[in-house]
Amino acid sequence: MNIDSIKNGLVIDHIRAGSAMRIYNLLGLDELDCTVAIIKNAQSAKLGRKDIIKIDTVTDIDLDVLGYVDPGITVNVIRGGELVEKKQLSLPERLENVLRCRNPRCITSAEPGLKQVFFLSDRAGKTYRCLYCEAKAEK
Amino acid sequence: MRNLIDIRELTTDEIASLLDTGDDIMAHPGDYRELCRYKKLATLFFEPSTRTRLSFEAAMYELGGQVLGFSEAASSSAAKGESVADTVRVVGCYADIIAMRHPKEGAPLVAAGVSPVPVINAGDGGHNHPTQTLTDLMTIRREKGGLGGFTIGLCGDLKFGRTVHSLISALARYDGVKFVLISPEELKLPSYVKNDVLRAGGCEFRQTAADLAEVIPELDVLYMTRVQRERFFNEEDYIRLRDSYILTPAKLINAKSDLTILHPLPRVNEISTEIDSDPRACYFRQALCGKYVRMALILKLLEVTK
Ligand SMILES: [Zn+2]
Repeated sequence: MNIDSIKNGLVIDHIRAGSAMRIYNLLGLDELDCTVAIIKNAQSAKLGRKDIIKIDTVTDIDLDVLGYVDPGITVNVIRGGELVEKKQLSLPERLENVLRCRNPRCITSAEPGLKQVFFLSDRAGKTYRCLYCEAKAEK
Repeated sequence: MRNLIDIRELTTDEIASLLDTGDDIMAHPGDYRELCRYKKLATLFFEPSTRTRLSFEAAMYELGGQVLGFSEAASSSAAKGESVADTVRVVGCYADIIAMRHPKEGAPLVAAGVSPVPVINAGDGGHNHPTQTLTDLMTIRREKGGLGGFTIGLCGDLKFGRTVHSLISALARYDGVKFVLISPEELKLPSYVKNDVLRAGGCEFRQTAADLAEVIPELDVLYMTRVQRERFFNEEDYIRLRDSYILTPAKLINAKSDLTILHPLPRVNEISTEIDSDPRACYFRQALCGKYVRMALILKLLEVTK
């Protein structure tokens, strides 16, 4: 894969420098068979330094979590070497295994094997609550 | 509707239909005596709550069904470290419906996610207790002739009292319910309930730390609550706050003649026993409603009709 230009795939750009690996993990990119390039500390006019992730071939990745982690990220969809879509990121309705519930009375504290699920309870206030106990996520 | 985990899952029509069935069972218990024959209710009580458990068990027996289960975690598989999900998958092989009480918030939701049979939340920590709310609604509707158009005073622990929070969110849907929130400063209703439920619902309400006798004349319903010892770090605070609002015959002097006095029970000393014989004391009739509305709920979830 040529890192500068992919024919088909996704370019996740303007990632805050240093957080590419977190995003790599959150998106489950380790499970992909295709080529994935992580570029660290690239020059950015906007951010000074930034990280970039390029994913070859695959475009159907659930990117919702990015809207929560860093709404400044941009996602470009590349087909036939052309930029065909810039995806708009918004806060996802649901976050799975992104946040941890800190409420000691929550069932997730007693059963660590449970999936951590948070739902968006107030979009304007960017408030997420635990699906199980409704405790607010700490920001 | 397949499970009941949170009272907010029910539409106003669904609530009305459950209360109608509850009223009908109360009026014609004989018509319902055989409806759940050969069906089994599992009461999975990971923490003891004798009152709630007996209410569920009585409900199932009166429908002609049978009951199995456990009444505390020590006598359950949880003591051996089994997950809620596994317990429910197994019990779902033996019972037709499950009523679960659990000290951890959200446990019944986990159960509902994997259970092959309907799950009823019989209380999850300080979180939800929807059958208590249905009980309260059925009692109020019977005593007042409807839901709406009355002033309800909620008194005591409004901060930690989960029954109060869910009753408020249920009543906020009805027209013309006015709320008077009576509590000491330390036990005031949390601001998220005031904002998300009362203000968002456009409900009329006011908060007061005044003496009960002062506000009682305007009330149509008075909902007393228990101040629970386990919510407090020190004994002095507990005792001071516990004794701050006690209903006595003297405080009732200026109350309306058709006031409805409710309490989720068990009481400690919030209501003087001298009041028990007053016709306005409805808390034991409330316990009776608890059984009938649970019968209605079991029928609904098992999709059994008369
Ligand atoms: Zn939680």
